[in-house]
Amino acid sequence: MTVRPTADFDTAIDAAVSIGRITKKFGDVVAVDNISLDIVDGEFFALLGPSGCGKTTTLRMIAGLEFPTEGSLKIFGEEVGMLPPNKRPVNTVFQNYALFPHMSVIQNVGFGLKMNGVAKSEVADRAAEALEMVRLGGLANRRPSQLSGGQQQRVALARALVNRPKVLLLDEPLGALDLKLRQEMQEELKGLQRELGITFVFVTHDQEEALTMSDRIGIMHEGKLLQVGSPEQIYEKPSNRFVADFIGNTNLLEGTVQDAETVCLANGARISVASDHPAGTAVAVSLRPERAVIGKHESSGNGQTSVNGVIRSVTYLGNAVVYQVELDWMTLEAREENRTSVTRREPGQRVSISWNPQDVAVVAE
Amino acid sequence: MSSPVLPRGSAKLGLTVNAWLIYLFFYAPILLLVVFSFSADKNVGRWGGFTFDWYREFGQNDGVQSALGVSIRVALVSTLVAVVLGTMAALSLERFTFRGKKVFDALLYLPIIIPDVTMAVMMLLFFAQFFDLLDAWFGLSLSKGFGSIVISHIAFSISFVSVVVRARLAGMDDTLEEASMDLYASRWQAFRYVTLPLIFPGVAGGALLALTLSLDDVVITQFVAGPGSTTLPVFVFSLIRRGVTPLINAVSVIMLAISIVLVALSLFADRSKRASAKVSN
Amino acid sequence: MTQVLSHPEEVTPEFEKDAARAQSRRGFLMALPTFVYLGLFFVLPFLIVIVYSFATRNRFGGTDLSGWNFEAYRKLGDSVVRDILFRSIWLALITTIICLVLAYPFAYFIATRRPAVRNLMLVFVMIPFWSNFLVRNYAWRVLLGNDGPVSQLSEVLGLGETRVLFTPVAVVLGLVYGFLPFMILPLYAAIERIDLRLMEASRDLYASGWQSFRRVLLPLSMPGVIAGSILVFVPSLGAYVTPEILGGAKTTLLGSYIVTQFLTARNWPVGASLSFVLMAVMLAATLVYFRKGGRTL
Ligand SMILES: Nc1ncnc2c1ncn2[C@@H]1O[C@H](COP(=O)(O)OP(=O)(O)OP(=O)(O)O)[C@@H](O)[C@H]1O
Ligand SMILES: [Mg+2]
Repeated sequence: MTVRPTADFDTAIDAAVSIGRITKKFGDVVAVDNISLDIVDGEFFALLGPSGCGKTTTLRMIAGLEFPTEGSLKIFGEEVGMLPPNKRPVNTVFQNYALFPHMSVIQNVGFGLKMNGVAKSEVADRAAEALEMVRLGGLANRRPSQLSGGQQQRVALARALVNRPKVLLLDEPLGALDLKLRQEMQEELKGLQRELGITFVFVTHDQEEALTMSDRIGIMHEGKLLQVGSPEQIYEKPSNRFVADFIGNTNLLEGTVQDAETVCLANGARISVASDHPAGTAVAVSLRPERAVIGKHESSGNGQTSVNGVIRSVTYLGNAVVYQVELDWMTLEAREENRTSVTRREPGQRVSISWNPQDVAVVAE
Repeated sequence: MSSPVLPRGSAKLGLTVNAWLIYLFFYAPILLLVVFSFSADKNVGRWGGFTFDWYREFGQNDGVQSALGVSIRVALVSTLVAVVLGTMAALSLERFTFRGKKVFDALLYLPIIIPDVTMAVMMLLFFAQFFDLLDAWFGLSLSKGFGSIVISHIAFSISFVSVVVRARLAGMDDTLEEASMDLYASRWQAFRYVTLPLIFPGVAGGALLALTLSLDDVVITQFVAGPGSTTLPVFVFSLIRRGVTPLINAVSVIMLAISIVLVALSLFADRSKRASAKVSN
Repeated sequence: MTQVLSHPEEVTPEFEKDAARAQSRRGFLMALPTFVYLGLFFVLPFLIVIVYSFATRNRFGGTDLSGWNFEAYRKLGDSVVRDILFRSIWLALITTIICLVLAYPFAYFIATRRPAVRNLMLVFVMIPFWSNFLVRNYAWRVLLGNDGPVSQLSEVLGLGETRVLFTPVAVVLGLVYGFLPFMILPLYAAIERIDLRLMEASRDLYASGWQSFRRVLLPLSMPGVIAGSILVFVPSLGAYVTPEILGGAKTTLLGSYIVTQFLTARNWPVGASLSFVLMAVMLAATLVYFRKGGRTL
C-alpha cells in the first residue's frame, strides 16, 4: 500500500524533497519498498520506525550515499537520484558524527565550504560564526577526540549547517547522548530549525522524540511507509494496526466490519464506530487506555460504546492509576489520572468500560 | 556493490585491473618457474619437453642433500630455542612489570628492523673475535659451522616469536588466570593448564615464522657458515652465482613448496587463533 | 571449639611491598635468559662492529684494533663509495615509490571488499610474503635470461631483443617483486582501520572523490604509508641477494659492497663503518615513524 500525505498544500511546488515510488534492494533484502513521500519546505519531518525498517537507507538515498534501485528522487523539483553526494544541496548529521579525527574543530566545520571553493577568509568567518551558533566558540582549535559527546554532536551540526543546505538530514543524532543532554539538544535543535527555516529530516526510533519535535511524522515498517501525518493524526487516527500499536499504548479489540457505522467484535457485541473499510474486513478497534472511561457495571447498557468486565489488577503510577480489566474474551488496560475527585477501584470489582465514539479508531492489517 | 562513495566508472575499473595485474605479477614468475623445472631443455628458461630428471638429480646430488640436512637441523634447533626464549620474553613483557622493562622491550625490537647485511657483519666480527680469544686464552681452536649458524638464527628469531606471542597474550583475558588460581591452581598449574593452551596458537604461529626465517636466510648464514656446513639457500645462492642450471629450478621449486606448506600451516594456526579468541570473549 | 586454621596477622604495607617485589623479580627472571642471550649475541656484536669501524686495516688484510682513527669513515667520501651510496639510495627510493604507487590502490581495493573476498585476497598476498625470497628473485633470473620467456614474448610482439637482466632495471624489478607485500600489508592495515563513513561525510560536504582521497583517506592512512615505506626502503638500501642475482658488475649496491669488503677485499673497517651507517639510517627512519604516531611496524 502506498500512502500519500493527506496534506492540503500543493506538493509539486512546495516539496523540498519529493520521493516517488522508491525501492532499494541490497541483494535479496528489500530495505525500502516502494515509498512515495513529499517533504514540505521548512518543515521538521521525522522518520520513525523499529530497528531495521529502512529509515537510514531512506535518508542515505536522499543524501546521495546510496543509489535507489528504482524510483524518482527530487530536491526542490530537480531530479537528483543519480547525483553523487557532493552535487546535492543537502547535508547530513551522521549518527556517530563522523568528525574527521585529523582535523581541528574549526577545520571540520570549514571543510564543506573549502570544498565548495569559498574564499579562505570567508571560510574562516563563516566557520567561526557557525561555531558561535552552536555555542562552541571557545573550542575551535581542539581535536574532535578532546570533546564530550554533546560537544561533538554540536560540531557535527555546525559542520552541516554552515553550508546552508536546503535540507538537513539527521540520522538519530541524539542517540548517543544521555537522557538529560538529549532533552536539552531536542529543544536546541527545534529552536535552530525554527530560526533558520531549513527543512529537517530526522530519523529516530524514539517515538516521544518524534512526537514532541516534528511537524509531521512518517511511520516506517519493514521497508514500507505506513502512515504520514501530524503527531495528532498519527496518535489519534492511526491508519493501521501496526501504527496504532507502535505509537503509545493501545487496546486492540478484534472484530469485523459490518457496515459503515458498525463493527462486530469477537464476542458478538456490535459497537457503533465509523470506518471506511468494506463490510467483512477483519479489523481491530483501537482504544487508548486514557480514553477508556471506567463506570458502574452495566451502567450505559446499550453495548454500543461500552463493554463489561472485572478489575484484575491496579498499578499505582503516582500521576495516574492503571487498571487491567478482564473481559470474558480479552484483557483491557484503562488509565485514570490520579485526581482526588476520582474514586479508586479495587481488584475484583465489576465495572464497565466506555468511550466516546470519536475516541476510537478502526484499524486494519 | 555499487555505492555512490566508492569509486565508479573508470576509477573502479582501474582499481580492479590494478589488483589483477598485481596478482599476475606475484604468481606468474612462480608458476613459470614450476613449469620450467619440468622442462627437459638444458637452458633454464626454455621448454624442451616434460622430464623428472632434475628432481632425480636433486635426490642424488650430495651437495644439495647435505645442505638440505644442515638447513633442516639448523631450522629445528634454532626454532626450538627461539620459541622457548621468545615466549618467556613475551610473558614477562605482557604480564609483569620489572626494572629495565622498557630497555628490554626496545632491545627486542632491534633484530626485527636491523638490515640483514648489518646483522651478518655483526655476527661475523663477533665470531672472529670470539674464536680468536678462545684460541689465545684457552688454546681452543674452534671454527664457524653448525653452532655459529644456530646461534645467529636464534638471535634474530627470538624477537619475531615474542612479537607474535605478545599479540596473542594481549588479546587474552587475564582474569582467566586469576580464575584458575581462585580454583586452587598454583602459578605453574595456571600457566600449564590455562595460559599455555590459550596462547598455543600464538606460539605455533611464532614457531612457523621462526622456521620460515631460518629456512629463508642467505646473507647472515653466508657470513657465519663454515666450510663443512652450508645451508640450502646459501648453497643454492653460490650455485646461481656460478651459473644457472635446471637443477637450481628443481631445488627452488622444492624450497617454494616448503614455504607454501609453512604458510598454509600458519594460516591454519591463525584461524584457530581467531576461533579460540572468539570463545574467550 | 572450632579449629582456627591459621593466625593471620594484620596486613602491613611491608607485606604489600614484598609481594610487589616478588612479582617484579619473577618478571625479571623470566626475561633474563633472553636478555642475556641478546646481550651476548646481539649487543656485544654490535659494539664490536663499532670498534672495528674505528680500527685500521694492516698490510696483510688483517685488522689492527689499536690506534683508533676515523680513516674508515673518511673513506666513505671516496668517489667509488659515494657513487655506490648514491646509487643505492636512488634505487631504494625508486623501489619504494613504485611499491607505494602499486600498493596503495591495491590495499584500498582489498579494504573495501566484502569480508570473505577480503580474506581470500589477503591470503594470496601472504603466500608471496612468506615464500622464500631467494627463490622468488631467482624466478626473475629465469624469466629474464637469454632466450627466456620474456625475450621470447618481446620477439613475438615484435619489440626486438630486450636486455634487462644485469641492469638496474632488473634490480628494481626484483626489489619491487620482493618487497611489495611489505608495502601492501601495513597500508591495508591502516586503511582498514579508517571509518569509511568519514569518506561519506566528506562527500556529503561537497568533496569530490579525489578531494576525499586527498583530504581524508590519505592523511588518515599516513601511518601505513610511512611504515610501508620504511619496510621497503631500509631492506632495499641494504639489499644483497637481489643485485647479486639480477644486477651486473656496474650495479654494485651498498649491501654487495659491504659483503665484498668482508669476504673478498678484506677491508673490515670500511665494511664495519658502512654497516654502521646503514644501521643508523634504519634507526633514524624508525624513530621518525614512532614520532609520527605509528605504533606497530
Ligand atoms: N549495505 C547494506 N547491505 C545489505 N543490507 C543492508 C545494507 N544497509 C542496510 N541493509 C538492510 O536494510 C534494512 C534496513 O536497514 P536500515 O539501516 O535502513 O534500517 P534502520 O531503519 O535505519 O534501522 P536502525 O533503527 O536499526 O538504524 C535492514 O534489514 C538492513 O539489514
Ligand atoms: Mg539506522
